[in-house]
Amino acid sequence: MSDDKSKEIHKIPQTTPRYSATFDEYTNSEIRRAAATGIYDIRGAGSKRKLPHFDDLLFLGASVSRYPLEGYREKCGTDVVLGTRFAKKPIHLKTPVTIAGMSFGSLSGPAKESLGRGATAAGTSTTTGDGGMTQEERGHSTTLVYQYLPSRYGMNPDDLRKADAIELVIGQGAKPGGGGMLLGQKITARVAKMRCLPEGIDQRSSCRHPDWTGPDDLEIKIAELREITDWEKPIYVKIGATRPYFDVALAVKAGADVVVLDGMQGGTAATQEVFIEHVGLPILAAIRPAVKALQDLGVYRNGKDSVQLVVSGGIRNGADVAKAIALGADAVAIGTAALIALGDNDPHLEAEYNKLGTTAGAYDDWHEGKDPAGITTQDPELMKRVDPIKAGHRLANYIAVMTMEAQVVARACGKSHLHNLEPEDLVALTIEASAMAQVPLAGTSWIPGVTKF
Amino acid sequence: METLKFDLDTKPLREVNQFLHGDAGSLNGKKVVIENPNGAHNVAVGLKADVDVTIKGHAGYYAAGMNQIAKVTIEGSAGSGVAENMMSGVVHVKGFASNAAGATANGGLLIIDGDAGLRCGIALKGADIVVGGSVGSFSAFMAQAGNFVILGDAGDGLGDSIYEAKLFVRGTVKSLGADCEEKTMNAEDKQILADLLKKSGHADVSPDSFKQYGSARTLYHFHVDNAGAY
Repeated sequence: MSDDKSKEIHKIPQTTPRYSATFDEYTNSEIRRAAATGIYDIRGAGSKRKLPHFDDLLFLGASVSRYPLEGYREKCGTDVVLGTRFAKKPIHLKTPVTIAGMSFGSLSGPAKESLGRGATAAGTSTTTGDGGMTQEERGHSTTLVYQYLPSRYGMNPDDLRKADAIELVIGQGAKPGGGGMLLGQKITARVAKMRCLPEGIDQRSSCRHPDWTGPDDLEIKIAELREITDWEKPIYVKIGATRPYFDVALAVKAGADVVVLDGMQGGTAATQEVFIEHVGLPILAAIRPAVKALQDLGVYRNGKDSVQLVVSGGIRNGADVAKAIALGADAVAIGTAALIALGDNDPHLEAEYNKLGTTAGAYDDWHEGKDPAGITTQDPELMKRVDPIKAGHRLANYIAVMTMEAQVVARACGKSHLHNLEPEDLVALTIEASAMAQVPLAGTSWIPGVTKF
Repeated sequence: METLKFDLDTKPLREVNQFLHGDAGSLNGKKVVIENPNGAHNVAVGLKADVDVTIKGHAGYYAAGMNQIAKVTIEGSAGSGVAENMMSGVVHVKGFASNAAGATANGGLLIIDGDAGLRCGIALKGADIVVGGSVGSFSAFMAQAGNFVILGDAGDGLGDSIYEAKLFVRGTVKSLGADCEEKTMNAEDKQILADLLKKSGHADVSPDSFKQYGSARTLYHFHVDNAGAY
């Protein structure tokens, strides 16, 4: 080969390195992790993939055909009453933004106290989780919902009587069909005692309730809870979004006062990654079928006979709140967003997240109990970083902002109460969102699956 | 002792339970008889006083559920979840018990004279259970704490994924569940068993005729070697 030819070869342009869309960086890292450990990946939080969501919907503000309310003067109600159907003492909240169930054990005591303080200041409810009720939480929460879970960890009738409402948990959006998980690093002496488990073990919560199996049994179980609490407390039934029409219908038939519907964006303290990302529905796809079930059974916004619908899973701001309500929810619940308001994944801790091999905003190894923010941990030193008064104040601020944002949107649509928002106020930006939310694709009258294009 | 009678043929269950949830001071030491239960569900649930309740017949689901302090005797059979999540006191079923008897019970003593169905003592959290007859499959599933005495036989999967509960079986065990193994009964455990036999009307039965089972503790931590058991 002559020197000239050799030079020519060097001039042939190289293609740039091309990564596979199928075998992307994360996928490959997971293959390597699995190959090294032989056990599935466990993490916290909810689905991280991009899903059809409330961002794919827009409100149609008022104009000539409808007129708006004055932004700062005319009343736009935000209050919500939950549990009117059978309970002697329904729950009255000032805002439709509630705090979702999160356990003491998965969260530190100061974090639970912060949630109670924030919710109370905002005039809303907070919720216990797997592992029972703590004094931190009861003491600082005016309205406390007590979760009744398959594991029944820490469940006792005294706490049941102390609760303002009871939430019978069948499933959650992050893992419909799965039980809880709390790894040994977080099973401290106090957590172990509350759950009646040996200290330091990897706890596997059951996925099925121990003493009932189907909807007919559930009806008797709900009646038992009512009898024990003398029919005072609203009984919620929480389900992960999978077959919302049938599950909501059966919950209503079983006697629920309130149905809590959690989409796959809803967080968890710890579950297999494969479960979080591949089981369940995004909340956008679940609300309309749930509302249809309530309507078909005559319990949707039907006076005292109403069964209220609370939805959760990826609620982040007042627009999400307003959209969820417009699609038919009576209230929403926030979990992940509330933790972020408390200080979870905060950029000021970036150096510490880096030490854990992650970065602020992406930290999800909540099961390891090393949370630099002191929230998803039982480490006595780390949890000191949570100031319950300041964190509670931030949460109350955040809920106030969400509520006001929802009002801004509702007034623009001419509604004097958030509950007057309706699907007709919405359009969708994508065909997927249009089909799931059953509102027309923007600029058309087309709803896939409902009307012809 | 003052005896009060309620007839469920004529009195709504709600009123009976409401009465039984009355002020402990007025209920302590009282004897209450509930007639014609006819399989009603949720009879005498959520009691929290030193009251002695006798149910004259068969009870439905969750009889004496979440019991505290009270003594409840069912002079018949009980449906699913009898004494579920009991905290203290005594619940005595003179007949048979259906599924999930004593589920998640934290304290107190559940005595079943006859057989019990599936999942007896599931997720037991510290109570004592004595079954005069046999128990169905998947009993003591994920049982966390407490003592569970079975005078007859046990079905399949006894003590699957068990934590620290102690199981004593006099008859045969069809099969043990994952992570459940036979244990050597030490003097302390034998004393626990002897006391429970005495308290439950089986003082004539020798503790030596029982085998003890408990957790092998191999599933306490997630590990690749246990993949088959998950």
